[in-house]
Amino acid sequence: MLSLENITKTTQDWLLTKFSPTMALTIECVIVILLSITLFALLGLVLVLLERKVAARIQIRLGPNRVGPGGIFQTAADTLKLIMKEGLTPDKADKFLFNLAPFVVMMVAMLLLAPIAFAKNFQIWDINIGVLYISSISSLSVIGILMAGWASNNKYSLLGAMRSGAQIVSYELSAGFAVLTIVVLTGSLQISDIIASQENGWWLFKGHIPVIIAFVLYIIAVTAETNRAPFDLAEAESELTAGFHTEYSGMKFALFFLAEYINIFIVCAIGATLFLGGWMPLHIGHWESFNHIMDYIPSSLWFMGKTFFLIFVIMWFRWTFPRLRVDHLLNLEWKYLLPISLFNLLLVTVIAIMGWHF
Amino acid sequence: MYNQTEIIKDTTELGPEGELVINIGPQHPATHGVLHLVVTLNGETIKKIEPHLGYIHRSIEKMCESLTYRQFIYVTSRMDYLSSHINNTACALLIEKGLQIEVPERAKVVRTILNELTRIASHELWIGAMAMDLGAFTPFFYAFREREMITDIMEDTCGARLTMNYIVPGGLMYDIHPDFQTKVKAFVKQFKEKVTEYEDLVTGNIIFQSRTKGVGVLTAQDAISYGCTGPVARASGVSCDMRKIAPYDAYDRVEFDEVIETTGDSFARYIVRVKEMNQSIRIIEQLIDNIPEGEFVGKTKNVLKLAKGEFYQRVETARGELGIYIVSEGATTPYRIKFRSPGFSNLSVLNHIAKGSKIGDLMATMGTLDLVIPDIDR
Repeated sequence: MLSLENITKTTQDWLLTKFSPTMALTIECVIVILLSITLFALLGLVLVLLERKVAARIQIRLGPNRVGPGGIFQTAADTLKLIMKEGLTPDKADKFLFNLAPFVVMMVAMLLLAPIAFAKNFQIWDINIGVLYISSISSLSVIGILMAGWASNNKYSLLGAMRSGAQIVSYELSAGFAVLTIVVLTGSLQISDIIASQENGWWLFKGHIPVIIAFVLYIIAVTAETNRAPFDLAEAESELTAGFHTEYSGMKFALFFLAEYINIFIVCAIGATLFLGGWMPLHIGHWESFNHIMDYIPSSLWFMGKTFFLIFVIMWFRWTFPRLRVDHLLNLEWKYLLPISLFNLLLVTVIAIMGWHF
Repeated sequence: MYNQTEIIKDTTELGPEGELVINIGPQHPATHGVLHLVVTLNGETIKKIEPHLGYIHRSIEKMCESLTYRQFIYVTSRMDYLSSHINNTACALLIEKGLQIEVPERAKVVRTILNELTRIASHELWIGAMAMDLGAFTPFFYAFREREMITDIMEDTCGARLTMNYIVPGGLMYDIHPDFQTKVKAFVKQFKEKVTEYEDLVTGNIIFQSRTKGVGVLTAQDAISYGCTGPVARASGVSCDMRKIAPYDAYDRVEFDEVIETTGDSFARYIVRVKEMNQSIRIIEQLIDNIPEGEFVGKTKNVLKLAKGEFYQRVETARGELGIYIVSEGATTPYRIKFRSPGFSNLSVLNHIAKGSKIGDLMATMGTLDLVIPDIDR
């Protein structure tokens, strides 16, 4: 029931029997768009609630518990409030850019959904340069943030945006190199190929220590890329009140907020796909019976489980660590993470050429 | 004279060398109150900090001049509200000294215990708030878990959780709650168990250490010349604990160490406060089983009149040395009263030690100075 494997195939077959191929494609596009918007809203609601519950658990308190059983409708109520709030635009702001910025950030997050495989055969766009597509699109989000910081005409926003710009551009490198290790091992940029290559074991387990290092680097770099604590310098509430989105209110603020959580989901989904096998169940070498039992768990559950585990780890960071200082942040990237990831990539290349991995 | 447009122009335009002037506060998450810092930045680097005061000035000193010696104590709870017991003690001690009132032993011991509990509560809140300034939210809740026990003890004892108003000239307003000793012992037990938890969470954290070590260094010389007191001065190696130098209440009969660090950076200030909490626990442990029986308030006249002259009393609050100076004309109210508050001197050093560092360092420095704005403004 939870298996989404055959739904896409059946739908397409059915559509092709009823309509012309062009018409079928159009209808499929509409369905996909509606589904992704729904997924967006749902993910936003679930992740915000999850974050609040995780935070509460770490901070020895209960978290939201008034709206609905166990507070599960809290975020829905919050969204309702945000929709009804007035979206103020500051008097001296660049009105066009100010209103455009949240949509840019949002659009980038949405574009990144395309190559993610949610389950077996359940992927919007299995583009053959999938990893490259992800790297290039994810670096666009900085434009939205810089736009917001500049257009607000607020010094706090500007400082936050500048920090964010320096940060995202720097950490993009480490994240890119970490992703490249898997590309080197797989020999393909296509997401479905990368997943298929992990059929007899996830890369994290069969890639030796360099892949584990790459995984750690990836988690650190994407935490920074999504502006999450301890790298949340762009919004650093004790220093810059709210950083680049200080002036935003109502639904425009909510879009930034939502985009942050969608970005977390996406980077975790990509991390799960590259290092933990995506929807691929846990397979160990030639243990046929064990592998067979694992196959009974639907692929969508495997994917979601892995992704949410990584999301939990990133949330855990946020509620444990203090914030880094801006120069420490750049030192960390340029003096430590980048050399390590370059060297690590070299190691992985040697391993891949010699065929030392399992 | 300023006119409105000039002020706005000053702070919104870039200076000659690309300087950026930003207003941190009066409403800002990191100033913990209505402190207004006009910060001149060059990129992320601070060039100048100019604190603007007066947003919560309630002219407490002037108010005290029209209140009797029994009444003015309660206003002082509102100065440094995190060490209100200690403020009240200072006033009571001054009046007792001026009128030579004999304070019963029981009152002295209870006052000392309550003062030390207040000190712990204040430092606990400070740890939480400072960690929050550095971007870590969780230590706040850990610290408040123990602080809650203290406020519960205070509530049992005097009905209030923040502004106690429990101490009167001559002793205490009423006797302690029957559960006082058991509750304090329970607190001491829990504190000893749990203090390691948030020490693990904060002290050993590499990000925390990199944010505080070598940040906002205050030399001993500067600490003395700026008049810094309390943990801020002790972190720079200046011995200035009033409990040791001029013991009052029961401090002369308890054993405790004056915590002194020498590096003078934000981390040293943090360590001093954490160790001070442990010393406070040591003091409480020595006294809690030895509360003498007897009266809780000495015999005083109904109307208190200080003789003509000048009076001064100093105590050690959680933030440093609080001095109260009273000029009396022999009436029922003071002729002139002046508080020497620790926060004011500690704030004055901010520009000196935070200049040249990053905005993030300003928060670390300001956090470890432990500023309470109503104490600065009064």
